[in-house]
Amino acid sequence: MRRSSALGRVLGNGSAKHGVDHWWGQRITAMALVPLGVWFGVSLLLLPRFDYATLTQWINHGWNAVLLVTLILVIAQHSYLGVRVVVEDYVHPPGVRMVTLLVLQFAHVLIAVMGVLAVLKVALGNATFGDSV
Amino acid sequence: MLERSRPLSPFLHYRWQYTNTLSILHRASGILLTYGFGLLVYWLTALANGPEAYTRASRVLSHPSFKVLLALGLLAFAYHLCNGIRHLLWDAGFGLERREARRSGWAVVMATVLIVVLVGCVVFLGSGDVS
Repeated sequence: MRRSSALGRVLGNGSAKHGVDHWWGQRITAMALVPLGVWFGVSLLLLPRFDYATLTQWINHGWNAVLLVTLILVIAQHSYLGVRVVVEDYVHPPGVRMVTLLVLQFAHVLIAVMGVLAVLKVALGNATFGDSV
Repeated sequence: MLERSRPLSPFLHYRWQYTNTLSILHRASGILLTYGFGLLVYWLTALANGPEAYTRASRVLSHPSFKVLLALGLLAFAYHLCNGIRHLLWDAGFGLERREARRSGWAVVMATVLIVVLVGCVVFLGSGDVS
């Protein structure tokens, strides 16, 4: 059954087919964060110390840099989608809401880029390619 | 006058019960973890900036107030992870009956406490040196 008006149909109004993007994105990132979060937590717990040498070694070991960069990107996405819903629920004035959302989005991108760059710097700075640890 | 006739937001008239408590805690822990994300990146950036910068950051992070914050972060992480899995199972269509939801709610609380206690034991009794 078509519920749109004749004019609406001509103008192409209606669903943009992106209605569930936010919901779905939140779930996909959540699914990814279950194993990634457990991996990160367990890895930190298994470290004997938290000094500079131990941590740089850990990042340079095996898949750790790859997983850490993935973790940062997925957290940024999940976190932004999450706080966005909270802002949309509780911040009502349209202007304030839009500015808050923009600031949050910029902050999330900035922090994610900083995090990725930091991991890359550690991983590439002491690069020992071909020289397995 | 128009405002008056509109339906109220759920939090203004729903009876307080375990469902909305767990739901609010999911949001609260999520917001806390967003700050935790910033802290994680601060820590990684210090690591990337070399041994001196890392030592300085470790000194900041091992300040008692930050230790409390990290403990809260662990609590938030454990809860958000467990309750997040519960939400994902709901989305997949499992455990939606009232009895099951109540039971899984309890399971989440138990698992959270268990994780926090276990990790707490490993961190504070294990090495004793967090920096």
